[in-house]
Amino acid sequence: MSYTMAEALNAALHDAMADDDQVVVLGEDVATLGGVFRITVDLQRKFGEKRIFDTPLAESGIVGTAIGMAMYGMRPVVEIQFDGFLYPAFEQLVCHVAKMRNRTMGSLQLPMVIRIPYGGGIGAVEHHSESPESYFMHTAGLKVYTPGTPQDAYSMLRDAIADPDPVVFFEPKRRYYEKADGTLPIRTEPVGTAVVRTTGDTATIVAYGPMIPTALEAAELAKEEGWSLEVVDLRSLNPIDYDTVIASVKKTGRAVVVHEAPMTLGPGAEIAARIQEGAFYSLEAPVQRVTGWDTPYPPALLEEEFLPSPDTILNAVERALEF
Amino acid sequence: MSISLLPSESPLQFLRPDGTLAENTPNLGLSSEQLVNMYRTMVRTRTLDTLAISLQRQGQLGVWASSRGQEGGQVGCAFAMEDRDWSFSTYREHAIAIHKGVPFDALLRQYKGEWFGLFDPKEYRFAPHSIPIATHLLHAVGYAHAAKLAGDDLVAFGFVGDGATSEGDFHEALNFASVLDAPVVFFVQNNGFAISTPTRMQTRAPSLAHKAIGYGIQGYQVDGNDVLASYHTTRTAVTEARATGRPALIEAHTYRMQPHTTADDDTRYRDTDDAEEWAAKDPILRFEKLLRSTGDLNDEIIETIASEANEESLSIRSQVTTAQPPPVAEGFNHVYENIPPHLALQRDAVLNEIQEAGL
Repeated sequence: MSYTMAEALNAALHDAMADDDQVVVLGEDVATLGGVFRITVDLQRKFGEKRIFDTPLAESGIVGTAIGMAMYGMRPVVEIQFDGFLYPAFEQLVCHVAKMRNRTMGSLQLPMVIRIPYGGGIGAVEHHSESPESYFMHTAGLKVYTPGTPQDAYSMLRDAIADPDPVVFFEPKRRYYEKADGTLPIRTEPVGTAVVRTTGDTATIVAYGPMIPTALEAAELAKEEGWSLEVVDLRSLNPIDYDTVIASVKKTGRAVVVHEAPMTLGPGAEIAARIQEGAFYSLEAPVQRVTGWDTPYPPALLEEEFLPSPDTILNAVERALEF
Repeated sequence: MSISLLPSESPLQFLRPDGTLAENTPNLGLSSEQLVNMYRTMVRTRTLDTLAISLQRQGQLGVWASSRGQEGGQVGCAFAMEDRDWSFSTYREHAIAIHKGVPFDALLRQYKGEWFGLFDPKEYRFAPHSIPIATHLLHAVGYAHAAKLAGDDLVAFGFVGDGATSEGDFHEALNFASVLDAPVVFFVQNNGFAISTPTRMQTRAPSLAHKAIGYGIQGYQVDGNDVLASYHTTRTAVTEARATGRPALIEAHTYRMQPHTTADDDTRYRDTDDAEEWAAKDPILRFEKLLRSTGDLNDEIIETIASEANEESLSIRSQVTTAQPPPVAEGFNHVYENIPPHLALQRDAVLNEIQEAGL
């Protein structure tokens, strides 16, 4: 038996809706079609038009409407169709979703989830391959989760829907069809904790979301060089479990942070700063970053060069070893 | 789609500026007590608004957006709301807040900087007012839609000014409300200006209410300085919304008698003639004239209402002037349900620094 990440996400939505009738799903093309990636497929047939409905094509409207529904006491799960179409909702997310609990001292909570397929690697046209997670890691009041495995996709989405705080849930779209053995439901480690995917002592690879399979592939290839890499899957980008990251770097003495998002002020900048604060005397080399370029996302025929790969990760490990 | 969705050619008016009633005024079913209560709410709103301006000038408040001159439209609308109906407002709907029972000292202490929301919105069915323009109209839509799904027959009210009708969220909110059959009354107070920009620079639509037909919803134009026309129009819209789920757009034509806020200088863009012309249309004066003529008000009642409002104002003044900053830790404690480790570390570091400095 096996299942894909897409199936895991669909099952998580299904089970959350079955368990709690306050869970509602809204977005563009989510109901009849089941979403352009079919993550919400068949949910309307099972739960009806009151629980999952198509909205007009307007992202601010979708998030703003979900805010009102959450204020009433529901648990809306919103789908933004693609990363690059998120920006009209930016004001609602930053000004209201992130701040409602704080400004009302907890009187009004917004237990809502904003699901966003993100990242590149699928040969898409413009505006379909972006990694905007830094904006939301920077925004106090939001939680930011991103699963790197099908198992986590199920378990973390269940956690996100149950969370009393709003969660921006980034789904690595290039990994939607990655498979895992076993059956659903499955519960993994509580979200908010980072997980060591493979242990090693040559260097720590800090990664998340779409870069988890890439990092694990690098770790496999590294064995041919006689290196053992420790891959830390962050899972939650806000908050970040720095204890796990720093414990690993103290052991290995070297760290490589990997993400698709551009380098400048990307997640790696903050993670590198925290590592030098927490593991300064253990570091044998500067923290390395393997990231997307500081450019707009390139056209599809260049994205292979833009995206971190096992080779560019191993090059960074080598730089750290030779420092 | 029926042409009847269009608003009337001119704003509905029952109560003329001279305090007489138009011949077509229907029986509004308002008791003498309700009429006097409407008047009282208008007087309280103006008194407390005047207090706020004075507190700002004394350095007690950071800023204040006055509702002076807009009490008629607001109070008429407020009295058409049921207790269970929710208000999603801007920073200028003081009469709605007062009618809903929001403690006014809490509103003023927000402007002093004690916190952003010092009352429980659920207790008063009054959402924390929204400063980013038009964004909260969507919250009204979502709230009303959720209530309808839950079988709860409340109506949500979305309040904005004329400038907000240019925002994308205004469009999205009206469209979502219509498509979802969400029972929302959109109440636009066209007070002539968005800070300095006159309404003719926001739109060339025949009126703001004409925009309703683009969404397939009913538009209304009403004299925003006529508390009775506002009450009648809002009651019509809210009754329809409650019964059918169909939203409505009301444009209340009024005038902002004060600058945009206490931080604004309206002499740079406003003709004094306009202000004088509108002062003669004052919503409180005309209502007072009417209620004197009907015998609902007399010198004694008016004096009592004024002195009660002044006493309330004095009591609120002392609550505001004695308000203290919250503990520093409060700056960290409400961001999430449970404070995450990195934020707890930051909070503790800040508290330690303060303690070590002996502050």
